[in-house]
Amino acid sequence: MGRLLAILIWLITAGTAAFFAWSKTKTGWWFPEAISEHAAAMDSQFNLTWAVVAVAFFGAQAALGYAVWKFRSKGNERATYSEGNTRIEIVLVAITGIVFIALAITGQRVWANLHLNQAPPDAVQIEATGQQFNWYFRHPGADGRFGSTSPKLYDDTDNSVGARPGPLGIDPKDPSGKDDIFGQTLVIPINRPINLTLRAKDVTHNFYAPALRLKQDAVPGLKINLHFTATKEGKYEIACAELCGQLHHQMRAYMRVVSQAEFEKWLSENAPK
Amino acid sequence: MSDQVQTSHAAPKGFIRKYIFSTDHKVIGIQYFFLALVAALIGMLMSLLIRLRLAWPTERWPMLETIFPEGFKDGLMQPEFYLAMVTMHGTIMVFMVLTTAPQSGFGNYFLPIQIGARDMAFPVLNALSFWLTAVSFLVLIAALFVVGGAPLGGWTFYPTLSAIPSAGPGQALGADLWIVSIALFCVASLLGALNFITTTLNMRTSGMTLMRMPLSCWGWFTTAVIALLAFPVLLAGGILLLLDRNVGTGFFIPSGLVVSGKLIEGGGGSTILWQHLFWFFGHPEVYIAILPGMGATSHILATFARKPVFGHKAMVVAMFAIGLLGFFVWGHHMFISGMNPSVAIAFSVLTLVIGVPSAIKTFNWLGTLWGARIRFTTPMLFAIGFVSLFVAGGVTGLVLGQTALDVVFHDTHFVTGHFHLIMGVAAIFGIFAATYYWFPKMFARTMNETLGKLHFVLTFVGVYAIFIPFHVLGIAGHPRRYADSSGYEFLQALDPLHVVITIAAFATAAAQVIFLVNFFWSLFKGKRAEANPWEATTLEWSTPTPVPHENFGEVLPVVHHDPYEYSVPGATKDYVMQTEPNSF
Repeated sequence: MGRLLAILIWLITAGTAAFFAWSKTKTGWWFPEAISEHAAAMDSQFNLTWAVVAVAFFGAQAALGYAVWKFRSKGNERATYSEGNTRIEIVLVAITGIVFIALAITGQRVWANLHLNQAPPDAVQIEATGQQFNWYFRHPGADGRFGSTSPKLYDDTDNSVGARPGPLGIDPKDPSGKDDIFGQTLVIPINRPINLTLRAKDVTHNFYAPALRLKQDAVPGLKINLHFTATKEGKYEIACAELCGQLHHQMRAYMRVVSQAEFEKWLSENAPK
Repeated sequence: MSDQVQTSHAAPKGFIRKYIFSTDHKVIGIQYFFLALVAALIGMLMSLLIRLRLAWPTERWPMLETIFPEGFKDGLMQPEFYLAMVTMHGTIMVFMVLTTAPQSGFGNYFLPIQIGARDMAFPVLNALSFWLTAVSFLVLIAALFVVGGAPLGGWTFYPTLSAIPSAGPGQALGADLWIVSIALFCVASLLGALNFITTTLNMRTSGMTLMRMPLSCWGWFTTAVIALLAFPVLLAGGILLLLDRNVGTGFFIPSGLVVSGKLIEGGGGSTILWQHLFWFFGHPEVYIAILPGMGATSHILATFARKPVFGHKAMVVAMFAIGLLGFFVWGHHMFISGMNPSVAIAFSVLTLVIGVPSAIKTFNWLGTLWGARIRFTTPMLFAIGFVSLFVAGGVTGLVLGQTALDVVFHDTHFVTGHFHLIMGVAAIFGIFAATYYWFPKMFARTMNETLGKLHFVLTFVGVYAIFIPFHVLGIAGHPRRYADSSGYEFLQALDPLHVVITIAAFATAAAQVIFLVNFFWSLFKGKRAEANPWEATTLEWSTPTPVPHENFGEVLPVVHHDPYEYSVPGATKDYVMQTEPNSF
């Protein structure tokens, strides 16, 4: 049984390695394409961590298999009586501690960049609002200012661009809200910092854009800022990543990353008449 | 010592006092064990329903419609039914299985015996704990059947979804029952923890110093300390949530919410407050589930390695370090919650620090096997399996514990894979190891070794086949708790993986039938067990089988040795029992 178990442990370990390697070569079975400025740093931090994970996993499983193979009982022979080895223990603990803490610290750079720094003042301002079960994205329009909103004004019956108050409850009396543009697709210009303000109307949602390597809760009662820069044009998916009720899985939207010219054209075409 | 002697307190005679409302820790331990067994079967069946929907989201199951007419309308599994299964599977497994079996089940039965006590410190309180847990379980099951649907907010029950009854199906009476059930469970666990701590500290027999306690006892003791500090916080959170839902308080509900087209009155609260309260309990809960398994694994590894545990003291210190640090890392569940991002950094670093005592455990298990003469019994196979799974599940914590990487992996199936390996199946392997190991003492019969080994091999391969692919789903970005991923282009390619996981899940579930057959057959027909079939050293093996009322004869055992004196040079046998006088 000892040899069988050792082989089983080694086979599972090798199988796991092979499976990950194979998944990496298959389309759609590894990370989605990354299209944000911070994504490369995130992916390289992952690769570094994954290497440590692999060494720890294979090292421990290989050693476990070896012990099981080598130290099976033989007749009446007795085991080595030993209560431990403090020196080996201290060395192993020190190595593990240093590696783990080093990972924890290096991992914070990307985070700090993402969350501790503010978006530059010239960032494109957009507001994302989650509700059961869709997203609305609002641009402030030509005046660069969002119109004030009120929960008392929410009106989900008309969600056309010019609707006031509309689903976001834009105050029709507030002049800065007249030119606000909103819709269910997030349209952003390439290579420009975006400052996204997240809101939720009812329950907690989560703005999840796999291609941007971004995920952030949209919390009722809070306005949460998120900033990023997209570096590749195209159409990408947005999902909700916080269980928000019965049709959580259908809370899906698209993000279009376009050139600056196209972005301006889109803004003017969609400005409320 | 080995002869059964009439004890000072007479054993209760009637069936009800003896087996139902018993205050005997052994009966209560077995009651907890069977409660967990029933819960585990229900939870497992729910996981199979979850897997059905994920593999074949548009398939019709007319046969299931006859059992669940509403959940399978027109044969199609409804998303609210799927989410209810996700919620209830998680809740049942975490509370009724992983918290119940290893700690309350085996701990109740063996803590007093292993430290040389006649019972728990407070036997009546002990019975009360069990019956509160049983009521809590019934209330939880009732939540499945009430008008308004079963709760579907996930086992984390985040408000405001869970706080506002009008927020869709599953948020009515079912959600109230869920909270009541958890609150009862909290009280039961709190009382249980008090009992375990008092028993460990006050009722050790002569010679049983703290460092001579088996590591299983250290597992239960540490877990009890964690439970004592963690459960009250969840209890408080649960009560506040119940008030929010029924009395109109707004602890977790901010102002200005519009749910299902209606403005919610009141408010002024914070949804993130719930997350802090929940995870202040929820993260230590992970250790409540796994530490007794660690203790049992250490105990069983030493027994069948025929060696003392490598670095016994370091194991005790590591266990306590894990328990302590476990209270300072809850924020790693909340990196993306809107919590202050600077605080997240502190939580992240502390989370990776907790990997260090976890690594000590792993080194020392390997060290215990090094130079051993391993006897490959079924409990030993599961204990070795525990080590393998603990490593497999633990290493991915290095990814999830980092703030920046959590942004990518949070609430994806990478997380599902991670926690199922480490707190799900590793803990379950601890339970299986303990069951096969202590069965001869608990039920005075022996389980079949051939069936046990077959059960191990199939389950060991099965759980890896299920949960390794989850990591790939997560790396590809697949969110958890999706009743259907077919609407998303970036998830299309993953469909075959869902089918593979589902097949592996059904096969692994089928392999559990081998366990059930073995268990129940052995219960009635198994070979009669001797007092010490494994040639082990600790006190539970020095008392006769079946264990007499009040555990020991007239005289309590006296302890002379460390718990794992195997292969001592110069000793006549390869094991020295803790009760053997010094001159051997």
